[in-house]
Amino acid sequence: MASRKTAAASDKPNISREELLKYYREMLLIRRFEEKAGQLYGMGLIGGFCHLYIGQEAVVVGLEATAKEGDKRITSYRDHGHMLACGMDPKGVMAELTGREGGYSGGKGGSMHMFSKEKHFYGGHGIVGAQVPLGAGLAFADKYRGNDNVTFAYFGDGAANQGQVYETFNMAALWRLPVVFVIENNQYAMGTAQRRSTSSPDIHTRGTAFGIKGEAVDGMDVLAVKAAGERAVAACRAGKGPYILEAMTYRYRGHSMSDPAKYRSREEVQKMRDERDAIEHVRELLLTGAHATDDDLKAIDRDIKAIINEAAEFSKTSPEPDASALWTDVTV
Amino acid sequence: MATEILMPALSPTMEEGTLAKWLVKPGDQVKSGQILAEIETDKATMEFEAVDEGVIEALLVAEGTAGVKVNTPIATVLVEGEAAAPAAAPAPVAAPAPAEKPTPVAAKAAAPVAVVATASPDWPEGTPMKAMTVREALREAMAEEMARDETVYLMGEEVGEYQGAYKISQGLLDQFGPRRVIDTPITEHGFTGIAVGSAFAGLRPILEFMTFNFAMQAIDQIINSAAKTLYMSGGQMGCPIVFRGPNGAAARVGAQHSHDYAAWYAQIPGLKVVMPYSAADAKGLLKTAIRDGNPVIFLENEILYGRSFEVPDLPDFTIPFGKAKIWREGEDVTIVSFGIGMVHAIEAADKLAAEGISAEVIDLRTLRPIDYDTLIASVQKTNRCVTVEEGWPVGSIGNHLSATIMERAFDYLDAPVINCTGKDVPMPYAANLEKLALVTSDEVVAAVKKVTYR
Ligand SMILES: Cc1ncc(C[n+]2csc(CCOP(=O)(O)OP(=O)(O)O)c2C)c(N)n1
Ligand SMILES: [Mg+2]
Repeated sequence: MASRKTAAASDKPNISREELLKYYREMLLIRRFEEKAGQLYGMGLIGGFCHLYIGQEAVVVGLEATAKEGDKRITSYRDHGHMLACGMDPKGVMAELTGREGGYSGGKGGSMHMFSKEKHFYGGHGIVGAQVPLGAGLAFADKYRGNDNVTFAYFGDGAANQGQVYETFNMAALWRLPVVFVIENNQYAMGTAQRRSTSSPDIHTRGTAFGIKGEAVDGMDVLAVKAAGERAVAACRAGKGPYILEAMTYRYRGHSMSDPAKYRSREEVQKMRDERDAIEHVRELLLTGAHATDDDLKAIDRDIKAIINEAAEFSKTSPEPDASALWTDVTV
Repeated sequence: MATEILMPALSPTMEEGTLAKWLVKPGDQVKSGQILAEIETDKATMEFEAVDEGVIEALLVAEGTAGVKVNTPIATVLVEGEAAAPAAAPAPVAAPAPAEKPTPVAAKAAAPVAVVATASPDWPEGTPMKAMTVREALREAMAEEMARDETVYLMGEEVGEYQGAYKISQGLLDQFGPRRVIDTPITEHGFTGIAVGSAFAGLRPILEFMTFNFAMQAIDQIINSAAKTLYMSGGQMGCPIVFRGPNGAAARVGAQHSHDYAAWYAQIPGLKVVMPYSAADAKGLLKTAIRDGNPVIFLENEILYGRSFEVPDLPDFTIPFGKAKIWREGEDVTIVSFGIGMVHAIEAADKLAAEGISAEVIDLRTLRPIDYDTLIASVQKTNRCVTVEEGWPVGSIGNHLSATIMERAFDYLDAPVINCTGKDVPMPYAANLEKLALVTSDEVVAAVKKVTYR
């Protein structure tokens, strides 16, 4: 979609080469990681549920660009991208996917349940919507302590229908909690298209009744996401309470690895990939702006491939957890 | 160097599938993301995408081949240029546990299990039988009851257009239309309240929880509204509703998706609780549940969905609640279980038989009400009892059965009752730890040896 690209480029004429390259790298890392995870799942090395983030990379990369040390993030089971974007080690994430000792949860959590205290990543939650009040709770703790950190609470268009989301909106507004509610609207909740589940489609307006400011943003455009994120984060840091961002995005793969995805057409997916892909967008900005050559980008691709292969290798060779781990960490 | 393309695992429980159709042929150039083949699992037909770019060298498995095991090479592709890309070629799966099957359950997947003996038969002798999976049995039960009674409707997430997250409601939307097969948003507390309200008003909802883990979002409506209203209204207003869906561990789906709720619901007066093992029981008991005037919790199991059993070919087959089934008669010990626990109970009885120990195996089938008499009569005969369940040990069904046996058959016991249960930990994800967390037939065998002093 040429129009979007020109708009994005002219909106933000002063984007530096370094910044663009950084986004390109980070998004590509997520994309390649997820492709590898899909492959390992097919080989039986990853089990259970595995929800890939392919297509949505710009959302988390754009928002992470607005975060500072101490800011927190929490999301659903579709969490691999969020972990990589906040700086968690691809080796530890992949090894958790294969259920090995070297994984972030020592193999006990799996794809949907990973955490990093160091990177302020609070999971990884399997129950749709549950992370929303939890995220407000993280923000509550920051406000309680009197610092200016913010929390990013990510959830889907499907999760946006859960009742606890609105209980949370009310309290977050009432107590002016520094939380950015990020709705990753990828248009589907499993096989349910948003129009089949949602009476009024503009989810970002649902905070109006509580006095929460909301805006929609092109979630396939990392620069637009970052710009909107900066507004949201600034409001939260200034003590102006919660903020809603609805990132309009799209997942290319099925809901999880076992979803045949018959509820949408092949053409719909292909059109998104061809016309709206977030990585291609930045790639073109880099090339047309003469910020980088094809060879520069190829070098990045190779780097990332090496990182991913190293992570995959680690996830295969890291041992299974010791049997005694079955009984640890049930209580402190 | 050609890279092998392996038969993919396309769901948590898939071990093999049918290579339905190739969409590429040797010599074709393929791009990452391009669909290579269509693969049928027991649930669905899935498209299988290429990861590597390159030229298809050979197709190793012909289309239409059934029973292709996960990880079998199905094609080779010549990956262009980057012969150096080290991990592009999947190493033959060396990993120890992950590729193994999650529980011993699936081992005898398609073999119908013969009924050795029942106290009173569930169907007349000579009834024609047909082989059917638990999945088909559940679907048939719903379809028959919806055809019979216009007030019965099905509601839940993905039950309609998607044909059911686990394909239990396959075809029902086509057959009964959107008025009676209703897709909901992901709002368990809300739609459960709506369904319960409609039952107060005389409809008979079947509410599908995608899995029972998500029913915790709605627990207040299930207990405080559905289970207690008849009592609180002095018998004026009942709640004829069935809450159904998969319960307990599937395979590697982690702590939040692997909870067995049998003991939780069995504790609640005002509910009925069913947990079938075989397809015949699934069908007969679900039909009874839909006709029952009370809220019924109907606990299914994802691993059992694809298993085949003999089901009586009768136009209207029901099984009453509160009637246990004796799967095999024995002399030395009573093994009592329900739901997926029966897999371990039966497997243990087989192993014990090989060692000359004769076990009587009882399937409770319903946990509220419980058929205590069949159990007590059996214990009075064998003088020993081992209980088997997937759920946790504290406050388990086994605890309750032990107490009942102690009260009613204390003088008959030659050994303390042993409860075999899941381990007292949240379900771990790692393949080896998950195996350790689940109850096994070997643990049942060991318990039997302990109570029989062998
Ligand atoms: C309470 C609850 N209900 C149902 C499910 C099953 N489930 C898992 S993901 C999902 C769809 C969620 O869609 P959305 O919120 O849009 O997030 P997305 O998967 O698109 O990222 C459903 C129904 C669940 N995990 N938890
Ligand atoms: Mg969604």
